[in-house]
Amino acid sequence: MIDTQRPDATASAHPVLRSHAEDAFAEELEALAAADDHPRPAGWRLSPRAVSTYLLGGEAPGAQQVITPKYVGPRRVVEVAIATLATDRALLLLGVPGTAKTWLSEHLAAAVSGDSTLLVQGTAGTAEEAMRYGWNYARLLSEGPGRAALVPSPVMRAMGEGMTARVEELTRMPADVQDTLITVLSEKTLPIPELGEEVQASPGFNLIATANDRDRGVNELSSALRRRFNTVVLPLPETEEAEVEIVSRRVEQLGSSLGLPAPKGAEEIHRVVRVFRELRQGVTADGSTKLKSPSATLSTAEAISVVTGGLALCAHFSDGVLRAGDVAAGIRGAVVKDPSADAQVWREYLESVVRERDGWKDFYRACRETE
Amino acid sequence: MTGPLLLGVRHHGPGSARAVRCALEAAEPRVLLVEGPPEADAVVGLAAHEEMRPPVALLAHAGGSGSRGNGRERSLAAFWPLAGFSPEWVAIRWALARGVPVRFIDLPAANSLALAAEQASGASAAADPEEFTSDPLAALAEAAGHEDAERWWEDAVEHLDGPETDQPLRLFAELEEAMAALRADAGRVAQRDALREAHMRLRIREARREFAPERTAVVCGAWHVPALRERATATADRSLLKGLPKVKAEVTWVPWTHRRLTRRSGYGAGISSPGWYAHLHAVPDRPVERWLTRVAALLREEDVGAVSPAHVIEAVRLAQALAALRGRPLAGLDETTEAVRSVLCGGSDVPLALVHDRLTVGDVLGEVPQGAPAVPLQRDLERSQRTLRLKPSPESREHEFDLRRETDAERSRLLHRLGLLGIEWGRPRTPRAGTGTFRESWVLRWEPELSVRTAEAGMWGTTVREAAEARASARAAEADGLAELTELAERVLRAALPGALPRVTRALADRAALESEVGRLASALPALVRTVRYGDVRGSDPASLAAVAYAVADRVRTGLPSACSGLDAEGAAQLRTHLDAAHRAVHLLDQPSVEAAPPTALRHGAEQPQAPAAESQAPAGELLARWRSMLRLLGERPSVPGLLRGRCSRLLLDDGELSAAGAARHLGLGLSPTEEPTEAAAWAEGFLSGGGLLLAHDERLLALFDDWLTALGPDAFTAVLPVLRRAFAEFEPGVRRTLGELVRRGPGGTPSPETTTADGLPGFADTLDTTRADAALETLRLLLAAPVPSEEANR
Repeated sequence: MIDTQRPDATASAHPVLRSHAEDAFAEELEALAAADDHPRPAGWRLSPRAVSTYLLGGEAPGAQQVITPKYVGPRRVVEVAIATLATDRALLLLGVPGTAKTWLSEHLAAAVSGDSTLLVQGTAGTAEEAMRYGWNYARLLSEGPGRAALVPSPVMRAMGEGMTARVEELTRMPADVQDTLITVLSEKTLPIPELGEEVQASPGFNLIATANDRDRGVNELSSALRRRFNTVVLPLPETEEAEVEIVSRRVEQLGSSLGLPAPKGAEEIHRVVRVFRELRQGVTADGSTKLKSPSATLSTAEAISVVTGGLALCAHFSDGVLRAGDVAAGIRGAVVKDPSADAQVWREYLESVVRERDGWKDFYRACRETE
Repeated sequence: MTGPLLLGVRHHGPGSARAVRCALEAAEPRVLLVEGPPEADAVVGLAAHEEMRPPVALLAHAGGSGSRGNGRERSLAAFWPLAGFSPEWVAIRWALARGVPVRFIDLPAANSLALAAEQASGASAAADPEEFTSDPLAALAEAAGHEDAERWWEDAVEHLDGPETDQPLRLFAELEEAMAALRADAGRVAQRDALREAHMRLRIREARREFAPERTAVVCGAWHVPALRERATATADRSLLKGLPKVKAEVTWVPWTHRRLTRRSGYGAGISSPGWYAHLHAVPDRPVERWLTRVAALLREEDVGAVSPAHVIEAVRLAQALAALRGRPLAGLDETTEAVRSVLCGGSDVPLALVHDRLTVGDVLGEVPQGAPAVPLQRDLERSQRTLRLKPSPESREHEFDLRRETDAERSRLLHRLGLLGIEWGRPRTPRAGTGTFRESWVLRWEPELSVRTAEAGMWGTTVREAAEARASARAAEADGLAELTELAERVLRAALPGALPRVTRALADRAALESEVGRLASALPALVRTVRYGDVRGSDPASLAAVAYAVADRVRTGLPSACSGLDAEGAAQLRTHLDAAHRAVHLLDQPSVEAAPPTALRHGAEQPQAPAAESQAPAGELLARWRSMLRLLGERPSVPGLLRGRCSRLLLDDGELSAAGAARHLGLGLSPTEEPTEAAAWAEGFLSGGGLLLAHDERLLALFDDWLTALGPDAFTAVLPVLRRAFAEFEPGVRRTLGELVRRGPGGTPSPETTTADGLPGFADTLDTTRADAALETLRLLLAAPVPSEEANR
C-alpha cells in the first residue's frame, strides 16, 4: 500500500473486469469537453456546469452525444459537491453504506481531472506513507536521500500534477494518519523535511474523501480536519419503491453468484425494506405514528444482506420460499446493535406497530420467537 | 402616460418593495390606492403611528355586538398581514409620510366575508375545478424554464438592484406584459377575482376623478394589473357587483408574527422565509455575507459548533460558486442554505433546522398602538362577561363553581380558555369545601395589562373559544416536553376545546413515541389517565386521548425491564415512585368503570383517522394482564435492584395475583442469606412499604422476615437498620403494636390460641399430628445416635 503504481488502463490490451470511469465514459467526456464553452477553473478538464451535466445526465450542448445519468438522486447534492471543488475546498462525502459515495467520488474525479485512479484506500492499517510519501530503501541506501529515492503517494502525485486525489473510507484510518491531510488541505503544500524540500500543489489539485460516520469502529475526524472539508451527506433512496427495487435487484445478483435460486416471496422483501425504512426514519410508513430509531445504521446494504441471508436459509433448509421466519433473525441482528437500548426500541416497534398491522401476524410471531 | 400608475407586486416581496419605493419617488403620485378592504381607510392613519411596528395585520371581521346567535361558533374574519418588507406597507408609509391620501380598493370586507360565509355553508361546492387557482408565478416561471417559481421570481425581480433601480417603471411594465400573456392563456378568470377587479376599477375611476387622473398610483398583486388596465365600462362593473351578499364588517389592526406570515392568509399563499426577506429588506449591501455572519453568530451562541470567520468566508465562496453553477445572478436563500449545511453544519440537518427556525423564519412580533379599534376578541370576551355575570374588577375576588350547573361550567370554561390565551384573569385554587371533581375554586382579578394581552391575543381568532383553540394547537406544535403536553391536554379538556384536542393528542403521541426516558413517560402517565377520567366525567369524548394513554402505558411496560437494570440505590428509589404511580394509573385506566365506557368509545376512536388507532383496539383488561406479567418478570429477575423486586412482588400480592405461598417464596428468595444484607433490606422496604398489615396477618411471612433479621451479623444489622426503620415508620401505629406483640411472643413459636384465628394458618392443621411425627422419630434417633427421651425433653 506504499505505492499504488498508476495502472495504464488505456494502453492495456487485455480485457478488464471493470474499467475506470474515465475509460468507460470516455466518449461522453470528450463530447462534453468539445461543446463546453463555459469558463473552466484552472486545471479542470470541464467547466463546473459540464461536470454537473456529466453526472446528472442530459445532452452535451451542440453535440449529439446523449449523457447518461451517473448519479440518481437530488440535484443539489451534485451541485454542492461540484461547487465545493470549484472553490478549492476539499469535499467530504458522508453517508451510510450503499448511498453511492465511492461511485460519485470516482465520477467526479474522472470528470474534473480525467483521472480517477489517484486513490488511497483507508483501512485501520493505512500508514502515513500512503498519504505522504515512502522511500525506496534500495535507492536510499545506495544513492542517499534524494527525490529519486522518494516514492510519492497518490496524494502527493495529485498535488504535483494538479489532479483530484481520492481518499476512500477516511474515517477508517487511524486519527494520526488522517491528520496528515491538514497541512495538505490548508497550506496546499507537503513538506519533505528529510530533503529540506516541499511539494507545492499545482492549480487543479483537490481532494475528495468518502466516509461513513454512522458505522462502528470508525475514528472520528478531528475538528481541525473536519473544518477543512465541505461536507455533503448523501441521502438514502427517497421512496420505498426505489429501495425495494434496489434491494431485489442486488439480491438477485448476489443470489445467482452464490448459486441460490431466484427469490420467491417478494412481499418479504417489501416487509424488510418497510421495517428498515420505518425504523430509520422514525415514523411509520403511513406517517401516523412516530417511532424511536435504533443506533444501528440500517442501510440499504444491510437490508440486502438480511434478505440474502434469509434466502440462503429457505433455499437450503426449507422449500425455497422466503418467509417471515427466514428474515426475522436477520432483521433483529441488523436492528439490535446495542443490547439494551436497541433491544427496547425493537420490542417497542414490535409491540406498537407490527403486532397491530394487518397481515403481519406471522412476522410478529416469527420476531417474538427470536427474542 | 395614459392611465394610472399600476404597480404590480408580489405580496411580501422585498425586491418588489424596493421597486415600488423607487417608482413612487419617481412618479410622485397625488393619491395611493392599495389592494385591501376599503373599510380599512378609516384606520390606515395608524400605520404611521410611532408605536406601530410591523409585522401587523389588517383584521376584518363581521362584528356587531351580539348580533349573531350563539349557535354559530365559527366567526367570520380575514387577515391582511403586512410585514416591514411588504410593498404595500412600504407604499403606505411612503404616502403617509408625505401626506398623500391612501385608499384601499379591493372588494369590501362586508362583501368578501359574506361571500366566504356563503361558500362555507352553501353545500360547500368545493372550488370549481376550472378555476385558475394555481400560482400565476409558477406558470410564468415554468414558461421561463425554471422549476421553482420562488427562485425564478427572486432572480427576475427581488434580486435586482443597481441598473434596474434607475428605471423602476420598466420592471413593472415588463411584468404587466407577462401577466397579460398568462391571463390570456388561462382563459376565464375566477369569479371572485372578476368581482374584486371590477371593484378595484370602480374605485380607481373614482380616485382619478377626485385627484389628478395621471397621478394616481395603484399597488396591487401583479396578477390583477392587466385587468385594471382593461377598459370596462363603469356600468358593466356596477352591474357585476350588484346584489352581492353583505354583512356588517369592521376593520382593525392586530399584531402579527413572522411565523404566522408563513401561513396562508388574506394576501394569497404564505411566504416560507420571512426572516430572510426582512434581512434582504433591511441590509444596505452584501446580503449573503451579512446573512452568513448572522448564521455563524447564531450557531456560536447556541454552541452548536466552533464557527470561525474562516468558515464564513468559505460558506460565502461556496454560495457564490453554487449560484454561478446554477446560472443565477446572485446567491439566494437556497444557495446560502446549502452553504450553511455543507460548511457550517458539517452536512447535518439538525443545526440547519435551528437556523431555519430562528433566522429564516424568525421570531419577530409586531406591535399595534393603543388607539387601534377594539379587536373582536375583546368584544366577545365582554359579551361573555355579561352573559355569565362575571365582572372584571381590579380586586381579588373568590368564586366557587359547581360544575354541575350550566352557568358555572360555562364560567369555568371561559377562565380556562383565557388561561390558555395567556390572559390570566382567574387563578385556580384548591376548593375549600368538598372534594368532588365537580367543584372548582377561582380567584379572579382583572389587571390593566390583561387588556393588552387581550389585544395581542386578537391575532389568534375573533372569539375566545376560537382563539384558545388556535393557541392550544400552536402550543401543541411548539411544546417540547411530555409533561408540558400532558398538562396542555388537561387544560384543553377542561376548557372544552374539542377542536384543539386532536392536535394536542397527536403531538402527545409523537412525543411519547420519541421519549426514551421511561421515568418521564411513567410520570406523564398519571396526569394523562387523570385527564382521560376527567373527560369521562365531563361527558366529552376523550377516546383518542385514551388511545394515547394506552400507548404510553404500553411503552412504559416495554421500557421498564431494561430501565431497571444497572441502577444505584438512588435511581432505584426514583424508579420505584414511577413504578407505583404508573401502576396506579394502569389500574385506573383499565379498571371496569372506565371499561364500561371505552369499548364503545375506543371503537369510535379507531375510526378517527388521526388517533393512533393501533393501540386502542386492545380490549380493556388486557393491558392490566400484560402489565402484571411484566411485574412478575421484574420481580424474579436477579439483575433488578432489590427495592424494585420487592415492590413488584408487593404490587402483585395486593392485586391478588400472588398467592400467600407465592409471597412466601418471593420473600424467601428476596431475603435469602446469599443476598447482600443491604440489598435484602431494600427488598424488604419495597415489599413492606404501603402497609404492614400483611405481616400481622400472615405469620409465616413474619417468621421468614424475623429469621432473616435475627441471622444478620452485627455490622450488617447496623447497615440495614436505617432502611428497615424507614419501612416500618410508614406503618400505622396499631399495626406496629400488633407486630411488636407478635414478635415479643416469640419467633416462629407455636402460635398461642388467642392470637391465631380459628382455622389456623393456611396449609397447617391446628395441632401437631403426633402419629405422623412419631413415625419419623425412629429414623431421627438413628441419625443422631441420641436417646429419644432426652430429645423430647429438649423440645
